[in-house]
Amino acid sequence: MELIQLWLNDQAVTVSVGTSLLAACRAAGLTLPTLCHLDGLTPVGACRLCLVEIAGCSRLQPACTTAAADGQRVHTHTQELLDLRRMAVELFFAEGNHICAICVANGNCELQSMAVLVGMDHSRFPAQAPQRDVDASHPRFTLDHHRCILCTRCVRVCDQIEGAHVWDVAYRGEHCKVIAGLDQPWGAVAACTDCGKCVDACPTGALFRKEEGLTGKQPDPAGPARLRLARDQGRWWIP
Amino acid sequence: MGRLVCIDPVTRIEGQARISLHLDDAGVLVDARLHVLEVRGFEAFCVGRPFTDMGAITSRICGICPVSHLLAAARAGDQLLAVTIPAAARQLRELLNLAQILQSHALSFFHLSCPDLLLGWDSDPARRNLFGLMAAEPDLARAGIRLRQFGQRIIELLAGRAIHGLWAVPGGVLTPLGLEAQAWILDRLPEARAAARLALERYKTLLDGPLQQEQSRFGRFPSLFLALVGPQGRWAHLDGDLRLADAAGGWIGEPIDPLAYGELIAEAVEPWSYLKFPYIRSLGYPEGIYRVGPLARLNVCRGIGTPWAEAELVELRQRSGPVLLASFAYHHARLVEIVVCLEAIERLVEDPGLRSAQVRAKASLNRWEAVGVSEAPRGTLFHHYRVDPDGLITHVNLIIATGQNNLAINRTLLQVAQATIPSPLAANAEIPEAILNRVEAGLRCFDPCLSCSTHAAGQMPLLVQLIDARGELLAERSR
Repeated sequence: MELIQLWLNDQAVTVSVGTSLLAACRAAGLTLPTLCHLDGLTPVGACRLCLVEIAGCSRLQPACTTAAADGQRVHTHTQELLDLRRMAVELFFAEGNHICAICVANGNCELQSMAVLVGMDHSRFPAQAPQRDVDASHPRFTLDHHRCILCTRCVRVCDQIEGAHVWDVAYRGEHCKVIAGLDQPWGAVAACTDCGKCVDACPTGALFRKEEGLTGKQPDPAGPARLRLARDQGRWWIP
Repeated sequence: MGRLVCIDPVTRIEGQARISLHLDDAGVLVDARLHVLEVRGFEAFCVGRPFTDMGAITSRICGICPVSHLLAAARAGDQLLAVTIPAAARQLRELLNLAQILQSHALSFFHLSCPDLLLGWDSDPARRNLFGLMAAEPDLARAGIRLRQFGQRIIELLAGRAIHGLWAVPGGVLTPLGLEAQAWILDRLPEARAAARLALERYKTLLDGPLQQEQSRFGRFPSLFLALVGPQGRWAHLDGDLRLADAAGGWIGEPIDPLAYGELIAEAVEPWSYLKFPYIRSLGYPEGIYRVGPLARLNVCRGIGTPWAEAELVELRQRSGPVLLASFAYHHARLVEIVVCLEAIERLVEDPGLRSAQVRAKASLNRWEAVGVSEAPRGTLFHHYRVDPDGLITHVNLIIATGQNNLAINRTLLQVAQATIPSPLAANAEIPEAILNRVEAGLRCFDPCLSCSTHAAGQMPLLVQLIDARGELLAERSR
């Protein structure tokens, strides 16, 4: 295994070639916030929360999609980065309709936890209060577009772990949204296997089991990594 | 030249309102109006939400009686699922509602009304509040605060939170009563009973003394009364038949199917208030005036079924007549209902069935329209939903107790104002604050919750305005 050495916040860290900066940070004990990243799925750099400063690079780079390089000097928690992360979370809240008080994920929401983590006590941006739909056509699950942050975890887990590829992202700008089966009602999509992996991967209350509409959502974000590991090891299940 | 008196803002009510008193050219009071100044639009923004969200959304209408909305939403949800909920769930919901009625009545009586009743209409406004009460009658104030805490704590023990817990769901409830919770309730019951006894004894001495006239005259007029009643016409608050009674206490017609509430009740609107004016459709507007709440429940029921409360009801009827027609009797009715709640809580909490694990019936959507009815502390509450085949709300109508009392509130305000303000009023005569406070107190009899009734947010003040015959504002008094 070929090893490389880089400096994370002036600390020397050694990792193998091909390791992402996010993985390198975690190996070094640094906590980088993420919302779109999920172990077991390919990274997409959508949420912009793991942006880092790389010496010699004029732009901030998402750690999840950037490979660690030999001799790299990276800073992960400068004041500018902390401010930008908080601003990104504020923009999430301003852009959708995130009403924690009536959300199925209240208390079990990664966006809510992220707001606490980055110290967001209010949003400086006016709430857009977009008009969005709820798709309750599936017999077991509901998709509430009001709460979707377009992290695309559902898209990736359905494609890469379940192999059904029910979900895609369609439209542009503020109209951008996840769609099922080329923009059909979810319940009409024959490709859906009703497995619920998208629900477990969703970081907010956008996807939930109908039962969870009454009891509150209990997501399982570790599911994809567990399944990936089980398949790599030829086991049917890893508890 | 006529005048307008404004009381703005009204204090010690839940919500924001203004009272205007209209005088004609001769200075004679001709009208009194409660203006509710809030609007929120819950019925509009609930459209498109899953029906399972309705408990969470509608309970946010109010921080005082979220349980009432939660239960009405859950009961409407039961009908959408077309399930019969388990017996334990029914009892647990009853326990929750009893605790809700108890804490809300304690708040209304001790915190909001006792400053008027015990310290006097004419007492210093700066001290005519809970803190003044604590200074003047610390034992009673402490008992009232502890009694309300008792109710709030039961809600917390059941629903996980004292305010806005989401424990009652379509099909039942989420968890049974725990042993520790049961023990806590039983442990605190004697103190709660003592608080109720103290309040009743103290209140009766006032009725025999300074409040003698108020009890029989304050806001007295004939009206219809609407409430749920249980088997054999017993006092009920959750399950039961919806009954309309006349001013003589006789039931009118057969029990009313909640789904057909629209045939019974219509809603009028006036340009000067955001609060609608529900009325009995067959009698027309505004003749179809009716009252709901503690007064109506005690007038509509044929008995209570718990010994202490039954005795208190008998005494109340001996004092005020077989039918309670004076709005002031709401206060006494509230105290009687506190006793009912305590006795019913004691009876329920000792039932081992409340610890049954079977507390929820599960089903998917089976009906597309439902009306959930419950007795909130302030009166009968209707939640009417229509849903599409996926269970998304397409129509919501909420009829709230304070709204149903709106015509009666205005009638009470006019009557109290006519009885207390000199007539005709000289053109430049000042109206003493103590008199305006009595007008406010006419509103407080109903324990109005304006946030609920307009499903609206706001502060808690009241304004009284004096308006002349041409509609010009001549004077106003506010806090």
